[in-house]
Amino acid sequence: MVEHRGLGRVVPYIILTLGVAIVAFPVYLCFVGSTHPQEITANGQMPLTPGPIFFETYYKTLFVGSSGSTREPVATMLVNSFIMACTIALGKIAISIISAFAVVYFKFPLRMAAFWLIFITLMLPVEVRIYPTYKIAADLNLLDSYAGLTIPLIASATATLFFRQFFLTIPDELVEASKLDGAGPLRFFWDTVLPLSRTNIAALFVILFIYGWNQYLWPILITTRDDMQTIVIGIKKMIVTADALTEWNVVLATAMLAMLPPVMVVVLMQRWFVKGLVETEK
Amino acid sequence: MATVELTNIKKIYAGGVEAVRDVSLTVPNGSFTVLLGPSGCGKSTLLRMIAGLETITSGTCKIGERVVNEIEPADRDIAMVFQNYALYPHMSVYDNMAYGLRNRGMPKPEIDKRVREAAVLLAIEEYLTRKPRALSGGQRQRVAMGRAIVREPQVFLFDEPLSNLDAKLRVTMRLEIKRLHNRLNATSIFVTHDQVEAMTLADQVVVMNSGRIEQIGAPGEVYKHPASRFVASFIGSPAMNLMTGKIVEPGVVETPGGKLPFDAKRFSASGEVEVGIRPEDIHTASSGGTSFTPELVEELGATRLLHGNFGSTPIIVAIPASGTVHENKEMRLSIDAQAVQLFDKATGRSLAR
Repeated sequence: MVEHRGLGRVVPYIILTLGVAIVAFPVYLCFVGSTHPQEITANGQMPLTPGPIFFETYYKTLFVGSSGSTREPVATMLVNSFIMACTIALGKIAISIISAFAVVYFKFPLRMAAFWLIFITLMLPVEVRIYPTYKIAADLNLLDSYAGLTIPLIASATATLFFRQFFLTIPDELVEASKLDGAGPLRFFWDTVLPLSRTNIAALFVILFIYGWNQYLWPILITTRDDMQTIVIGIKKMIVTADALTEWNVVLATAMLAMLPPVMVVVLMQRWFVKGLVETEK
Repeated sequence: MATVELTNIKKIYAGGVEAVRDVSLTVPNGSFTVLLGPSGCGKSTLLRMIAGLETITSGTCKIGERVVNEIEPADRDIAMVFQNYALYPHMSVYDNMAYGLRNRGMPKPEIDKRVREAAVLLAIEEYLTRKPRALSGGQRQRVAMGRAIVREPQVFLFDEPLSNLDAKLRVTMRLEIKRLHNRLNATSIFVTHDQVEAMTLADQVVVMNSGRIEQIGAPGEVYKHPASRFVASFIGSPAMNLMTGKIVEPGVVETPGGKLPFDAKRFSASGEVEVGIRPEDIHTASSGGTSFTPELVEELGATRLLHGNFGSTPIIVAIPASGTVHENKEMRLSIDAQAVQLFDKATGRSLAR
């Protein structure tokens, strides 16, 4: 029995360690590669220990840029990506919380029609409607602008659904108590619905921030200027296929940097995130 | 304080369901009126129409001198206590009580004064900074009442406020509501399906059934002189014994349990009737009276319930738990003429003059 218990305790750790290794090793390799001169990586002789040029590489990546392809330093890309991800996340939350509020708490003609229209957009992500969306963005002079990067990605059904489901769990008596307490719809929204949705908003922010950060297809279409580039596209552009050498250390450093903000968001907001998805505060 | 006057109130839902059919009711100033009935009888709907949470299909609702049919709930000068408390979970107890006053733009010192007074009255001063989730059910219910009290409304509305509490707490809170009413003397309308709550709290009981009022009266009146078979069977525990009968001569009705005398001055009846006798109005007798064989005896401590039959009609007899009663052994029962109730066989209405 005792041996069994000992083994029972060890086995899960072994499995977990294996899992962590499988996930973490490529990231570690990426980091190692970013600290060695590019020839070493290009030769395919990837060492397993960090190399000598950590500071040079990261300084060059952040503030100078890769000479071969994009002329923009990664700092600009980080800022662009950050603005895009934040705007998409906050925009989606703002729009969907308001539309969910309308659909749940107001009785108006075609209410369910409105809800189903929103619902249908689930089946129409940007990839499906890319040509018309691009045409509209171009006609509105939104190319190479933050507005063009974000607005077409903001309209979102998932978040509306999420909030609708949450609002349906708020007891009707709370609405009625608010009415008796002299709170109109806006006040009810501001004083009751919004504070109760805090954890849900946090959880959605995490999901949507990562969604926004990882956008690839739309930014590659809508931006042409280097200073509007996002980091995900920056990585792709740095990998040169012809004529020039790919600066692998810079590419891998950029990949490391691209990983940092989403990781930070998840780590910092994890407590809220779990709370928002699991717990309902009523 | 104000009188609430309902005239020919009807509520028909969009699907055509009639929840309240033609109800007229006066709740006198300062009274404690209880709307009592089984679930689905329209009592809550009626209360919610007075509150303004449901529209009134037809009829008028007056609070004080004002017809309030078209007035917003917040402007009706009423306060409501909900069954599940409906406290704002993210606000402290203090804020829960102050919220309605703030929305009305009351000056801060006045709000503070009222909240603290109500907190003292309800003995919740020490919880003012807590969130509702840190309170027990009884404490939450007090906060909900506090939120109503600070408003100093003309009418208090209670929508089954004790249903979510456990049995013991329910008794305590019932007493507290009674005490509070005696102290504030505010017009109160209280909805419940619990007859004990109704009997103990009310000055005026309104018994409702399928959207109509069956009887309005003081608790004792409703108990002693039920206006219909429904009221007779709904009020009282165990329920009133009902059996068919036939008037054989003035003041005597023939039932499966033999000929029983009744108060001919109170009832004008002839032919086939429905006879009602409360279990507690039947007594044991040494001789004479009606023959009865208890098939089952239930001991309730102070009283004892005997289950048996008059002919094929099941009968319950409640007697004090003294002496011994043997199951399946014939005994004699006497029934007080004053206790016999007669109802019309077809309509179920009382045949009292």
